[in-house]
Amino acid sequence: MARGELAEQIRPTALAREQRLSVLPALGELIPGDGIRRGSTLSVDGPAATSLALATAAAASQDGAWVVAVGFPSLGLLAAAELGIALERFVLVAAPDTRPGPDNEETVWATALAALLDAFEIVLVQASHRVRPRDGRRLVARTRERGAVLVQVGSRGWSEGAEVTLEITGSSWEGLDEGHGHLRSRRVTVVGGGRREAARPRQVELRLPSAEGAVEAVLPEPVRLRA
Amino acid sequence: MSARTRRSSDQPERVLAVWVPDWPLVAAGVGSDEPAAVFVANRVVAATPAARAAGVRRHMRRREAQARCPALAVLERDAERDARRFEPVVQALEAFTPRIEVARPGRAAFPTRGPSRYFGGDRALAERIIIAVQAVLAHEPPGTTAPIGADDQPGRANAPILTVGVADGPFAAEHAARTAYVAAQRGEAPVWIVEPGAQADYLAPLSLDALDRPELTEVLHRLGLRTLRDFAGLAERDVLGRFGPEGAEAHRLARGLDARPLRTEPAPPDLVVTAELDPPAEQVAPAAFAARGLADELRRRLDARGSVCTRVVVVAETENGERSERVWRHASTETGRALTAGAIADRVRWQLDGWLNASVRQRPTAGIAHLEIHPDEVTAADGRQLGFWGADPGTADRAARAIARVQGLLGAEAVSVPEYAGGREPAEQLRLVPAGAVDLTADRPAARPDWVSAPWPGQLPHPAPATVLAAPTPVDVLDATGRSVRVDGRGTPTAAPDRLRLDGRTRRITSWAGPWPVDERWWDPERHSRRARFQVVTDDGTARLVVLERGRWAVTATYD
Repeated sequence: MARGELAEQIRPTALAREQRLSVLPALGELIPGDGIRRGSTLSVDGPAATSLALATAAAASQDGAWVVAVGFPSLGLLAAAELGIALERFVLVAAPDTRPGPDNEETVWATALAALLDAFEIVLVQASHRVRPRDGRRLVARTRERGAVLVQVGSRGWSEGAEVTLEITGSSWEGLDEGHGHLRSRRVTVVGGGRREAARPRQVELRLPSAEGAVEAVLPEPVRLRA
Repeated sequence: MSARTRRSSDQPERVLAVWVPDWPLVAAGVGSDEPAAVFVANRVVAATPAARAAGVRRHMRRREAQARCPALAVLERDAERDARRFEPVVQALEAFTPRIEVARPGRAAFPTRGPSRYFGGDRALAERIIIAVQAVLAHEPPGTTAPIGADDQPGRANAPILTVGVADGPFAAEHAARTAYVAAQRGEAPVWIVEPGAQADYLAPLSLDALDRPELTEVLHRLGLRTLRDFAGLAERDVLGRFGPEGAEAHRLARGLDARPLRTEPAPPDLVVTAELDPPAEQVAPAAFAARGLADELRRRLDARGSVCTRVVVVAETENGERSERVWRHASTETGRALTAGAIADRVRWQLDGWLNASVRQRPTAGIAHLEIHPDEVTAADGRQLGFWGADPGTADRAARAIARVQGLLGAEAVSVPEYAGGREPAEQLRLVPAGAVDLTADRPAARPDWVSAPWPGQLPHPAPATVLAAPTPVDVLDATGRSVRVDGRGTPTAAPDRLRLDGRTRRITSWAGPWPVDERWWDPERHSRRARFQVVTDDGTARLVVLERGRWAVTATYD
């Protein structure tokens, strides 16, 4: 057997995915470059930030990635499952109470996050307090070094290091009426920004969640013919 | 610990296995004539003979078990209690030989070469052991820390059964102990001895289930194989090629050989990890915490050499020089092929718990000052088991280790994992269990949606709310005239909800739907709950789930 052929067979098949974690097709335009680059930091903000953050992790979670959510005391687990998170690889970590005072509380929080970045592919984090710039830089560097993906949720992050920023600017629910129907889906407008390949400003309409609970792109309205 | 004599041939050494069937129930102090079962994650893991007679089986869901046996006592698994109560049994065995291996509480084994010769043969040894252990089981439980309600009369009429099997190799010996159980049911002595060298013939007619490797067994069944003889008839290299090292190991067991060929090496001394505890630990918790660090350290050293460990010796010493030493083996029923850091740490905790809470006579007189873990059987890590039976367990292992570290930093209760449960409310359909209570490296069916198979009428339509409040927040839901909205007996609201008053702020309700009524547990006056649920969207665009129960409104979830 030719050496090249042999190398072909031995090579791990996951090589193509190694540098990128896949994302749901509906988010393809918001997260450019065919997936989330390992080692990068995302920042998600706005009224449906939790749902959007879970949606960014969904495809990788389905592929076998472990996902941890830090500091989401009332996360709707059923919603997470509907958005596509594989719950058998999903872990929740409660943030320590951050009383104002001894700053070692914050250090413990940052140390715990660093430990999680060592092992989990995706770390979703919602800071309940202002993150010290030094800790923030350290965590972004740790993320890069370990090839993890850090997703900061909410405005208390430290987004200066984020490669991709997603902000939800508009949100409205569909399906509910005066006394009948039920919440069916939510239309959100997401504005994307970031650095390097994500620097181009972009705006996308999504259903988050859609009627099935997942995320889907809102297609342009079909032209209706008047009768 | 000095290096042990290594076996020189492929033939396994002769082993005596002691088995107390249904140990979790024995440890809980339940007699065999009471219908009771121990559950883990809502599934039966052990049941008393009385419960089995009523049709309760392993892996059965709780509801089904209770339907078959309405008087069934439901017990939760308590691994520490199981280990603590087993300690006196192990101590009784130690009077015979110092090398007791505990695969898990309820099962112990040791090589018989020395003791058999001393006591005059395998059968004589087995009979002495039964007498010694029976004495402990009859008198020792419930011990000093028995829960209220446990049987506390010494010498119970219904002493737990105990069986002994002797054969070449731990696998055959373990099954001989099972055969002994069947013999005991027929009124014979609860001892089964497989003659030296005859273990392959003894194992041949057993069902493949004896391997206790459900995924492998399922595949073999589909290939038309039924017994260990069928499986043993396959060529070794074919089994290795198709099923990997784990399959090859099962194949060796089926042929009556040791699980692993003699590749195990005496562990080099630099793998021994030790910790000095200052101040000495009088309680289990601080010592267990130190053990966790030791286990992680050991794991790191093994990783660096590309090795894994299948058996450890755990040594603890007190300030006054008392010593507890125990050999722990990787149980064939565990997932993976070697002891994980978490599994080692658990065993240290069990051992210390048993020692520190032993009867006054056996308990050490001072705190634990020194801890040591020797990897006793080290073998090459044969790589990650990719692909064949599921996802890469390496990442799960890494995640489990990171979780252990975070638990050390933030407290054990800070880390939790979701599991499905039945229920009608978003907060009930999935619950959080402490990560310390589950093995993340194992398959967790409870974390998959098909775990709850029965439909729960009254669940809300999709999609589910993204925020579920741990404690509902009280609100006022008012109609256009400012009166609180009520729901009448037929489930119709008295007026259209118009405003929502939450935290002193009033918001206009732009759209709403409901009610979705729930009438739960009407048969139980204390837990009876009748509520009406509404979805409301307020003028700021937020959608909420609000619930009216006993005249009070509360927000239970936000669709954000």
